[in-house]
Amino acid sequence: MGSYVPGTLSERQQMLKAIGMEREDALYADVPAQMLLTEPLNIPSGMSELEVRSKMEAIAAENKVFQTVLRGAGAYDHYIPSIVKYIPNKEEFLTAYTPYQAEMSQGILQSIFEYQTMICQLTGMDVSNASVYDGATAAAEAAAMCRDRKRSVTLVSAALHPDAINTIRTYCYGANAEMRIVPCKDGKTDLAALKEMLTPDVASFVLQQPNFFGQLEDAKAIGEAVHEAKAMFVLSCDPLSLAILPTPKELGADVMVGEGQCLGLPIAWGGPYLGIMATTEKHMRKLPGRIVGETHDDAGNKAYVLSLQAREQHIRREKASSNICSNEALCALTAGLYMATMGPEGMREAARQTTAKAHYLQSELCKLPGVSMKYAGEFYQEFVTVMPKREAVLAALEEAGILGGLPLGENEILWCATEKNTKAELDRAVAIVKEVLAK
Amino acid sequence: MTIIPDLKYAKSHEWVKEEGGIATVGITDFAQDALGDVVFINLPEAGDEVVAGESFGDVESVKAVSDLVSPVSGIVKAVNEELIDAPEMLNSDPYGAWIIKVEQVTDREELLDADDYEALCAEEG
Amino acid sequence: MKLIFEKSVPGRHSSLLPACDVPAYELPKKRQASLDLPELCENDISRHYTQLCQRVHGVNCGFYPLGSCTMKYNPRIDEEMAALPGFTNVHPLAPASSVKGSKEVLELAAKYLCEISGMDGMTFQPAAGAHGEFTGVLLIKQYHDARGDKARTKIIVPDSAHGTNPATAAMCGYDVVNVASAPDGCVDLEALKAALGPDTAGLMLTNPNTVGIFDKNILEITRLVHEAGGLCYYDGANLNAVMGHVRPGDMGFDCIHMNLHKTFATPHGGGGPGAGAVGCKEFLKQFLPQSALMQGEGHIQVRSFAGNFLVVVRALTYLMTLGKEGIPEASTNAVLNANYLMQKIKGTFTPAFDRVCMHEFVLDLSEFKKETGVSALDVAKSLIDNGMHPPTMYFPLIVHEALMLEPTETESKETLDEAAEIFRKLFDLAHKDPEYMHHAPHHAQIGRPDEVAAARNPVVRWTKA
Repeated sequence: MGSYVPGTLSERQQMLKAIGMEREDALYADVPAQMLLTEPLNIPSGMSELEVRSKMEAIAAENKVFQTVLRGAGAYDHYIPSIVKYIPNKEEFLTAYTPYQAEMSQGILQSIFEYQTMICQLTGMDVSNASVYDGATAAAEAAAMCRDRKRSVTLVSAALHPDAINTIRTYCYGANAEMRIVPCKDGKTDLAALKEMLTPDVASFVLQQPNFFGQLEDAKAIGEAVHEAKAMFVLSCDPLSLAILPTPKELGADVMVGEGQCLGLPIAWGGPYLGIMATTEKHMRKLPGRIVGETHDDAGNKAYVLSLQAREQHIRREKASSNICSNEALCALTAGLYMATMGPEGMREAARQTTAKAHYLQSELCKLPGVSMKYAGEFYQEFVTVMPKREAVLAALEEAGILGGLPLGENEILWCATEKNTKAELDRAVAIVKEVLAK
Repeated sequence: MTIIPDLKYAKSHEWVKEEGGIATVGITDFAQDALGDVVFINLPEAGDEVVAGESFGDVESVKAVSDLVSPVSGIVKAVNEELIDAPEMLNSDPYGAWIIKVEQVTDREELLDADDYEALCAEEG
Repeated sequence: MKLIFEKSVPGRHSSLLPACDVPAYELPKKRQASLDLPELCENDISRHYTQLCQRVHGVNCGFYPLGSCTMKYNPRIDEEMAALPGFTNVHPLAPASSVKGSKEVLELAAKYLCEISGMDGMTFQPAAGAHGEFTGVLLIKQYHDARGDKARTKIIVPDSAHGTNPATAAMCGYDVVNVASAPDGCVDLEALKAALGPDTAGLMLTNPNTVGIFDKNILEITRLVHEAGGLCYYDGANLNAVMGHVRPGDMGFDCIHMNLHKTFATPHGGGGPGAGAVGCKEFLKQFLPQSALMQGEGHIQVRSFAGNFLVVVRALTYLMTLGKEGIPEASTNAVLNANYLMQKIKGTFTPAFDRVCMHEFVLDLSEFKKETGVSALDVAKSLIDNGMHPPTMYFPLIVHEALMLEPTETESKETLDEAAEIFRKLFDLAHKDPEYMHHAPHHAQIGRPDEVAAARNPVVRWTKA
């Protein structure tokens, strides 16, 4: 069996003796006897490291790794530079706790301060927190921070990621607040319907840009309508796309949220990911989660601390705006590292190539007879096609080591490309689709 | 600790000065000392209704957030906007740094005079 | 040390992407603002982050007896397994037939953790402990709602609880009833009885509790709550004390969260990611969260997809390594280490409860402070000068001047002896030179930071001078 207990048998005996006990059983004297387990746990015996490795490698081998991924829908297979994989494994970053003791945690605090700064630069917002769990929880937390006594209803676009909608619905259920879904028209939020739904009890409207169907919304006009109704505008963005697309600030967002997975984190069957949350100075003290601030120490040296802690659960208890404690600090460090490694030009290039590859894939697919676009609007990285023989198409791609797009409604497929996909890969995928459709 | 003789006091450590139908409200020296360095204040808006014994805002120090409890009922006539940029005035000059002025004042019966308030502080201190 | 932005040189970069091999596509609406991210080469970045990590204290650097946080050693095999391409390069929405391995990870982890906790069902969607609490209390809420019982509006929380408990109850729309603890730090049964009623939705509790004592009355406590029609939620923060010895399910709890990043050795990462596995009894399984995209609508959902999957991979690797023998052994030694360290410190600093403890114990420095003027904070900061991470300070709230120590099972006798020696040294120093301790740390990365200045005039991002 494996163990990480250093004490030898004789050391344990010495220690027991030092505390006046003869047997280890005495340590559990407070537990009523009827509750103590008398049989060993019904799980397998422990194993050596070598055996565990073999077992886990065998389990990992049961997963199929696709060489080409043309599926997104909330998890995007971008290129991760080598150094971005390497640095977060440094043991100090990996094994430290939350930096409550600033005097021995300046490295982590500074990394978060740098992350916050980069998020502000990317989004144009004034203040970012140190992360929440993922994009869906960021949206749900944003909806919560917008509610007050007078305005408690959250509106969400039907073109928001379905998991985000369901998460917001759940957080609203918890808070005994109401969520209403604003319908779509041609794959985009229906502005006329939104305007009608912006009643005086609406606290915020949550929009995704690009939306779940890949479409670019007319976010600025939507934001203006929301503000006209004196509600808050929450904008969920793909952070990498912001290197080339208008910033949430430019679009009038009060709160920016986003899934940070595309900033250097692997798709990893759904997690750990990174919830990004940023807002304007006006709403800074309503922002949930940790925030690192700059200050000075008693000798006047620059120092970083967890600041504005009075908002948080360990001080405010039942009056806290959120219960969040552990966050995704190491993923935030990774995202900061990714942005620094890519640099402004690298970020722009990744976003531009992502756009170019997605549009190339779209134009090649739509040249095939029987394939058409579901929605006509501009898109960034994802698009929905309608084609016959959908299941056969996806199966043939899978057979060739290609994860095709995500099946949605009848005959619909939500495709995605990133800078990682080469022209050759895309051509090969299109050729397979062509072959299936021709049969 | 300073207690001003001609003011009225709430058990929740706010002071009240009533002149010409307007009640001026702040927090006491005892309250600011217990809070520690005040870093932020959340204020109501003019026109808001306040109710005696209920929260009308909060003050934040590094280690705590405390509700500001209204010592009287009425309508907020004015708020001291200077405190937003300089909340430390609550520490340095608690009786000078008024927080709100209230008109149409009612429910002032529970207020203590300076002697009774001093006794209360001695008990809690 | 300079910020990464201050090291930026315009035009410097790494070569990462090839030239685009398809036609460019211009999107009509463009970013107007400049993008002022740092411009660096790979060596600059490597050195910057290495400098940063030299200003961090991890479990790998030294003793980390942070009470209630279970800072045990994080095995490196767990990291290596979580980095296998078969786990990292799998899309969450890949067809079921292609992710059998991922499903097996969840099934095995669920099976083992159900056995350890005495539960029947498990979800890994919650991303952290507090997130697990939120999920667990929503199970309770759904249960009452499904029965049409709308009168239950209150959650009972002991006054010794973590702040996340009352914050969670509030997020779930409940009023919080704080119940005072008995003098021994356990639940005051009379106070509990008085708080219970037809409006009780449930109770949130840790056992062992936050002062490190196993509440002997636990069966009576859970019985009383059930009798009143409420459910019992077990906060798994302190599970490391009892694994393989006693199970929350057998104590009468209906649902539970476990912190995989504490008890099951996955690293804290400077604040996260963690994973808050939530387990429940059979009758609550129908209310567990799912992903709308992966499984369809109709269930609650607390984040996207299946949760922090790679954290579960790490925890499963750990569980397989320890197995049925190693798991109870870990708990036994966590308790042994805590009692041994408490015994060694006794005679200088005073335990708040002078009796056998579980995996952690609390020192009460209030008398010591009266004597010397040196506070728990001063002692904590002085420990930093001695290369040790301070214990949890000023928690639980029911002990004044509290320092809470949790050594965990992965520390050796020498480490505990050295730590006790440091405490003894500081106890003496406090009597000789209290002034010196008021200004500790003296040899750390920084002196004490001005938190008031940080909160009054928040500077939360760097701006170009």
